[in-house]
Amino acid sequence: MPDLLERSSAGGVALPPDAARLESLLVADERPARSELRRQIARLERELGELFASAFPRKGIEWSVAPGGGPRLLGVGELEQIRDELAERIAEVKGVLGERAYVETRNREVLERMVANPEKFKWVRISNVDVGEQGCRHWHSRPRWGLLGMLMGWWRVKLSSGCPLPSAGPEPRSQLVRIPMGSASRFDEDL
Amino acid sequence: MAEELIAKQGWVAPVLRNEFPGLAISWTELDGPSGRSPEPLRKRLREISDRFHGGHAVHMRERPIPWAYRVFFRQIGLDPDQTRTPVEELALERMKRGGFKSRSQLDDALTVATIETGVALRAFDSEKMLGRLGIRDSGPGESLEGRPGELPTGTLVIADERRPLGLLFGATASGRGVHPSTRRITVAAIQVKGVPQIAVEEALWVTTVAMAVD
Repeated sequence: MPDLLERSSAGGVALPPDAARLESLLVADERPARSELRRQIARLERELGELFASAFPRKGIEWSVAPGGGPRLLGVGELEQIRDELAERIAEVKGVLGERAYVETRNREVLERMVANPEKFKWVRISNVDVGEQGCRHWHSRPRWGLLGMLMGWWRVKLSSGCPLPSAGPEPRSQLVRIPMGSASRFDEDL
Repeated sequence: MAEELIAKQGWVAPVLRNEFPGLAISWTELDGPSGRSPEPLRKRLREISDRFHGGHAVHMRERPIPWAYRVFFRQIGLDPDQTRTPVEELALERMKRGGFKSRSQLDDALTVATIETGVALRAFDSEKMLGRLGIRDSGPGESLEGRPGELPTGTLVIADERRPLGLLFGATASGRGVHPSTRRITVAAIQVKGVPQIAVEEALWVTTVAMAVD
């Protein structure tokens, strides 16, 4: 082999027939690898699609994976890169969904307590988005009969539904209940 | 009303056929020109708009045919969230605009067929084509008419027997697309692995029927 390498690196010397045949075999041998990578990409794409559907209606999640400069036939290295980026994206999305599911669960717990004891959650407003659901419904803890209810401590949870019409002006400012990850509910101390 | 579909099978370059089993192109020829969409077709478009809602769009990529195109996009180096597959592009438009907007009889026919079947369709001017349609990789020095510069070697294109007519799932070469004065229209269906032949035939048939509506 050293002889062969020296002759090749010397330049201008053609590879012997056996070496040329070996080289062509090595190139042809990449096709099964490409085929396997494409199969893996297909599986990961299915998983990403399922995550996309399960994530709805949550917004602000990054789904994109860097394109490979196509449309063209990609080599093994490029297919590997796409596969790896897809796998990374799936892991990221799963992480984000896990965090949001935690926050939404905590918000649902707060909502249950708020409905049971509205006077302990004065002016708190929880929307469908906060509990991971679709729509514009929200629950709002407000005094019954305005100022009188405020003075007397007559609180109730008012449930609103329906999305505003497009002509109804700008969307009201969000008053989402946000519970930071890893910390206790801000309402725990009230209970 | 046209009831018989004459679909022709195109060619795929051997290297692509080996790499992508299932990749195929079929086409049919229709009479032009394509003018304003007739009322029955616009009505059908409205009905499809009414039937198609957010749930369909969200779960679309879980359905076999849209998923097959997404996978193929990934495999050829396109990100289907940036370069949308034809059916997802239409679904997005439906969500953004509140309905499928009528443009011309050909556009409406393609929209109906794509939404109903999920199959990717393209249209070309038949009189500007030479020979059979096919899918191949571009050679050195080749370009797409109307676009500056050369195509990177190996770019996947839809071509006739002389030149590229458009990128596979991309721009159409200048002068090869359909114009109001086009007399004969070639509608091509691009099939990838996972898309059944019957869906391709249905897509071409739905387009043919929609183009025959008066």
